Amino acid sequence: MKSVLIKNCRVISPECDPDSLNSVLVSDGKIAEIGDVRSDCGEVIDGGGLYLIPGLIDMNCKICEEGYESRDNLRIVSGSALSGGFTSLTTAPNTQPIVDSMTVVDYVIQRAEAESRVNIYPYGSITKNCNGRDIAEIGKMVSKGIIAVSDNGGHIESANLMRDVLMYSKMFDIPVIAAGLEESLSKGRVVNEGIVSTKLGLFGSPREAEEIIVSRNLILGKYTKAKLHLQNITTAFSVYLVESGKTHEGTQITAGTSPHYFALTEDDIEGYNTYAKVNPPLRTHKDVEAIKKGLYSGVIDVIASGHTPATIDRKNVEFDLAAYGISSLETAFGISYTELCGDSFKLSDLVEKMSTNPAKILGLKNKGEIRTGYDGDLVLVDIDNEYTIRGEDFCSKAKYTPFEGRKVRGRIIKTFVNGELAFSLE
Amino acid sequence: MEFKRKDFIGLMDVSDKEIMAVLEMAETMKVVLNQRNKKAPYLQGKSVILLFYEQSTRAKLSYELAAQYLSANCVEINVDGSSQDTLFEIGRTIDQMGGDFIILRNPYSGSAGYLADKVKASVINAGDGINENPTQALLDLLTIKELKGHFDGLKVAICGDVAGSRVARSNIWGLTKLGAEVRIASPPTLVPNNIEDFNVKVYYDIKKACRDVDVIMSLKLQDEASYGSRLASFDEYKEFFKLEDTVIDAAKKDVIVMHPGGPNRRVEIASDIVDSEKCIIDDQITNGVAVRMAILYLLSLGKGLTV
Repeated sequence: MKSVLIKNCRVISPECDPDSLNSVLVSDGKIAEIGDVRSDCGEVIDGGGLYLIPGLIDMNCKICEEGYESRDNLRIVSGSALSGGFTSLTTAPNTQPIVDSMTVVDYVIQRAEAESRVNIYPYGSITKNCNGRDIAEIGKMVSKGIIAVSDNGGHIESANLMRDVLMYSKMFDIPVIAAGLEESLSKGRVVNEGIVSTKLGLFGSPREAEEIIVSRNLILGKYTKAKLHLQNITTAFSVYLVESGKTHEGTQITAGTSPHYFALTEDDIEGYNTYAKVNPPLRTHKDVEAIKKGLYSGVIDVIASGHTPATIDRKNVEFDLAAYGISSLETAFGISYTELCGDSFKLSDLVEKMSTNPAKILGLKNKGEIRTGYDGDLVLVDIDNEYTIRGEDFCSKAKYTPFEGRKVRGRIIKTFVNGELAFSLE
Repeated sequence: MEFKRKDFIGLMDVSDKEIMAVLEMAETMKVVLNQRNKKAPYLQGKSVILLFYEQSTRAKLSYELAAQYLSANCVEINVDGSSQDTLFEIGRTIDQMGGDFIILRNPYSGSAGYLADKVKASVINAGDGINENPTQALLDLLTIKELKGHFDGLKVAICGDVAGSRVARSNIWGLTKLGAEVRIASPPTLVPNNIEDFNVKVYYDIKKACRDVDVIMSLKLQDEASYGSRLASFDEYKEFFKLEDTVIDAAKKDVIVMHPGGPNRRVEIASDIVDSEKCIIDDQITNGVAVRMAILYLLSLGKGLTV
C-alpha cells in the first residue's frame, strides 16, 4: 500500500477546522484520514503551515489535441494545469477530429491515459461535426465516457434544437454546456462594442449577442428543467438574467465565468493588444463589478480558466487577424485569489467556485472536496506568497499573457494527483 | 513645443499644438507648391514606399507627388488580397532595403501602429480600416484654417456614414482637440457607439445638424450592398440625408462644403452644390499635397524639431 502523509497544513475540508494545523493521509490514491494523523509508513511531506485545498477542476479549457498541437498538447497542458493547481481538466469538442462520435471519445480517453498527468474528462459536441444543426449521438458518447455536451465550436442557432438537446440530455443526466453568442450580432466583430471600439475603430460585438443567447437558453432551461451550464457569463445584464433564471423551482441552471472577465476590461485592448483578444470580448468596469458581485452572491457558480492558447504568430499580427485566446491555466488561481478574496470571500469560497461546484455540476464523484474516501487530488497553496506574472515562465506553449507584470498573491506550491506528487514549485 | 515622432499614425494621440505645428509647416510647403520649380531638396536621398492594400487613385497620387516635390525616391507597392506575405514580413523587407518612409493603406484598424512598432522606417498612416486617415483630416483642417482663420467655437457638421469612415474619425479627434463644435448627421445605424462621450452631438436630421454651421463635411458612402440592414436603400437614404440646397440654407451664409473626394452626386450631395463656390474640394486636393509634404518633412527631422 502506497501512502503519502501531508502534515502540518491548514486543510480546507468540511471535516476539520481550517484554522488549526492538521494532516491528510492519502493511501492508494484515496484520502484515508484527515486530522491529527500519525503514520510511519510511506512518504511524509511537510505542508509548512500552508493551506491544503482540493485540486482545481477546470470546466472550460482547450487542450488543442488532436489537430492543433502547435498551440498546446496534452502533455504540455497537463504540466501547465499542475503548476496552476488544476488536477482535472475537461476537453472541448472542437478539436480535429471533432469529438462527436464514440470512436473519437474512445480515442481521446486513450490519448489522455497515455499522455496526461492530470485527470481528463471529455466533453462531446452537441452537434455532428460541430455544425450547429444535427444532433450528435450523445448517448453513445456518454457510454464511452463523456461527462457533458458542449456547443463550443458549433453554436446552436435553432431554439428547437437546443430545446431538444436539453430534454434529450436528461436521459443521461449530463449537463449541457452552452457558450454561444448570437452570430448575426457577433460574427466578424472583435471587441466589445462601446467607447473603446469607437476609439480604436474596430467593429464592436454588442453585449446583446451574449445576453440574447443567455436569455434564450435560460428560458429553455427553465421549462425543460435540464442540467444547463452557461459557460461564459461576461456582462452585468447576463448576471441579472441568470439570477432571475435560477429562481424558478426545479431548474438546474448553473453559470460560470473566467478570471479575465473580472480582472480585465476592454481598456486592456488599448494599443491593439492582441493578447487581450478573447471571445466573448472583454467588457467594461461595470460588468467586472457585476461579475464579482455575482460570484460573491452565488449567482455565478464556477470560475474556469478559459485557457485557449493560440500560437504567438497568430497573436503577433494585425488585431482583426489575430486569433482569439488566452493562456490562463497558470494564472487563473492567482488572479482569482487576488481579485476576489478578502474578509467576506474566503479561500474556501474560491475553492467552491474552482473545485467543489465544478465537481457537483459535472457529476464527478469523490472530487471537489477534501473528505475521507475522496480522491487524493490535493493542492498546497501559499496565499501570502506574492509574485509577478511572467508569460515566459509558463509551461504552456502560449508564453504570453495580458496579465504580464501583474503582481498577484496565492501561489501553487505543490500539486498531488491521485496521491502522487505531480508538481512542486522550485 | 516639439514635433518628435518617428511615425504619424493618427490624430487620436497627437496634441492640438502638434496639429497646429503641422498646419504651419504645410503653409510653408504651399509656397514650394506655388513656385515654378516645384522641387525642394529636403528629402533628397530618402526613399518613400507607398504600400497600398486598397485601391486608390487620389491619395496615392497625392503622396507620390508630395514625396517627389521634396526630392525623395518613391516606389509604389500594390498588394492584393492573395499575397502570402504578412504585413510584418513586407515591412521588414522594406527596412532591409533601406526604406525611410512607409505610407500604408490597409483594411485593418490598428495596422499602421502595428507596423510602426515593427520597423525602423517612419510609418505614415494613409488609412487603416475604419480607424483613421489622419492626413486627410489635416488637409481638411488646413482648408478650414485658411478659409475661416480659426477653430475655436467653429461649428462643423459631419454628414453621412460616420461609423464606417476613418476620415470622419480623424476629423472628430482633430476638430474637438482644436476647440470646434462637432456635430454628426447620420442614421442611427451609422453612428459610432458612445460617440457622444467624445464631445460630439448626434443628429438624425441633417437639416437640424447643419443649422448655423460654418463647415459641412460630406462623407463618401460605400457600396450599397455592404450596408445590409443598416440602410433600407440608397434611394431612401437620399430622401433624408442628401446634401441639398435646403440643407445649405439652414447653415451660415458663408458655410463651406467639403468632401474627401469622388462625391456620389446621386446620393450624397447634389450636383449643383458640388459645382458651387461653397464646395471647396479643389482647395482640399491642393492642401492634401502640402500637408503630406509637411508630414514627410517633419518626420524626416527624426528626433525632434522645435516649433
